[in-house]
Formats: sequence, C-alpha cells, structure tokens
Amino acid sequence: MSEDDCLDGNAAAGPLSTVFAVDLTAAECQCAHCGAIDRFARTRLYMTGPGVVARCAICESVLLRLVSAGQRLLLEARGLAYLSLESSQIQESGQ
Amino acid sequence: MWRVGTVVALRDETATARSIAFEVEDWPGHLAGQHVDVRLTSADGYSAVRSYSIAATPNSERRVEITVERLPDGEVSPYLTRQVAVGDRLELRGPLGGWFVWRPEQSEPIQLIAGGSGIVPLMAMLRSHRSARSAAAFRLLYSVREPGAVYYRGELDAPVDAVPAAKVTYAFTRAAPKGWPGRIGRIDATLVASTTWPAKLAPTCYVCGPTSFVESAAALLVAAGNSPERIRTERFGPTGERR
Repeated sequence: MSEDDCLDGNAAAGPLSTVFAVDLTAAECQCAHCGAIDRFARTRLYMTGPGVVARCAICESVLLRLVSAGQRLLLEARGLAYLSLESSQIQESGQ
Repeated sequence: MWRVGTVVALRDETATARSIAFEVEDWPGHLAGQHVDVRLTSADGYSAVRSYSIAATPNSERRVEITVERLPDGEVSPYLTRQVAVGDRLELRGPLGGWFVWRPEQSEPIQLIAGGSGIVPLMAMLRSHRSARSAAAFRLLYSVREPGAVYYRGELDAPVDAVPAAKVTYAFTRAAPKGWPGRIGRIDATLVASTTWPAKLAPTCYVCGPTSFVESAAALLVAAGNSPERIRTERFGPTGERR
C-alpha cells in the first residue's frame, strides 16, 4: 500500500453497486474509530489488493472492505458507525 | 447491473487517446462527472473491468462517450483504443458516483483543475454547462505534458453557439507551443493565485488527475484559502488504467 495507489471513495461506486441499489459514495459516513464525518466519496480508497478497502481520510482506520473470493462476495463494514443519505439521493440513484 | 453498449462512433483525440461513443438502450441518463465501468471478457472467460469517466454531456439520446488513453503496458486500453470498431457491443456498468458531479442548478463559480487525462470528467461538466446554458462562471486550469497531448483542443478554445467558453489556462509541463508566453512547468502557487477563482468567491473546485497531481493541486487550492469542504477530487492512480 503506497500513497500513490490511493484513490477516492467515489471509485468504489461500481463495486458497491454489485451489492447496493443506491449510490453510497455520496452518502455521509462516520468513522467508528475517530468519529470523523464526511462523504464516503472522500475516503481514501485502495483497490490494488484482492478487493476494495476504504480508509478514513483523517485517521486511516479501515471503514469498509469488499472482497470477492471464489463464489462469494464479502462485505465487512465494522469501521463505519453509520451511513446517512438524503431521500433525494435515494430517488435519484434508484434504478 | 451490466448493460450492453453499442459503439456508434470513434474519434482520435491525440496520438494515444481515442473517444468511444456508445448507444446504450436502457441508459437511465447521467450527470456530468460520473463514470462507467467497462468489462471485457475473453473467450476463456477471463474478464477485466476498468473505470472510465463519461465525457459526454447529459443527453436524452442514451449516448455515453468515454475517452481512453492508451497505456503501453495496459491490459484493456490498447484494445479499446486500437481494436474496437463501430458496431461492437461492450458491457458497461453505470452511471456511477453521485459526488464528483456538477449539476446545472449550481450557480456558484466553478474551478476545474485537470492533470492529463483527468480532463475527461471536467469536459463533461463544461459540455453540460454549455448545453444547459448555465450562467455559472467556469474556469479551467489544465496541466498537460505538451501541446500534442491536449484533449478536445478545438472545443476548449472555441465558443459554441455564442456561449462563451470557460476561461481556460494551460500549464505545459514539458514542452509548450511555439511562442508560448508562459513558463513551462507544473502548476504552482503563483499560477493558482493568478488564474483560479479567488477563494473569497467560494468557488466549488473539481480536481481530477493522477493521485500525486491531485494531492498537490488540492493542497495548492487550500493554501490559496479555499475550504477543503469545497474541493472535490477524483484520483486515478499512477498505474490504474482509468480514463
């Protein structure tokens, strides 16, 4: 993991769309570790490993991991305290 | 959800970049700044997915256009820039991302900063600004290696339908056109101070390019007094085959 490999949370929109019907990258989220609140799109994202890892832009704690292994997709999000969306965001991205 | 896009037009932007226009039958429409994932699957079932920003303005023709830079060691971009032909059908996922977007309802000044092929989603914003006849004041600072690497040159430099183009400033990092009055080099504090919106106008800033470029441009915007809250970034990494 090097700084040069770091992307923004918005780059996770595609992989997250395999699980969620609504775009979560524009959602506000809170880091369960340091309490920082920001848009998911502004987290630090690493996609160089076997999956997607989103880290808090402030404290670097892991917020969410999405890994595809064999016939299974694993989503782990214990580093996220919450995700919050406006209803307009939900209607807009509803497909 | 993967959709099928049929290639309807191809256009070379530079010696190494090609725009590909798709028609996607069930396309729900998109916003300027959003991206799509493209999936290529080989005969043996191996598949590769890459993200590309949408260059086309939001439209009702179910048309999605991307611009792909050919990377020498790329797995996907050589195929997209050399082999794809009109009539081919490719798998697309999108539109994706609801944060790095510009909407015609936004009336505040807009500062765009592009590094190389990071111009693509910002071009969609400029095109959307034009087609919506938005009164928002746009400025673009476009850092690019050399004149031959500039995407969309004719469109950036010419007004369309009497709508003034955004004020465009180029920063050439390796070679400039003959007679270029400016210096050659990376974007720095002086260039940011003299060509971008003053922070007191509270512009919304969109920065897109390779990771190191985005870090440095965003830091310069903050140093010039812009609030980090007003800066939206899209990094695409040094090796990631994006855009």
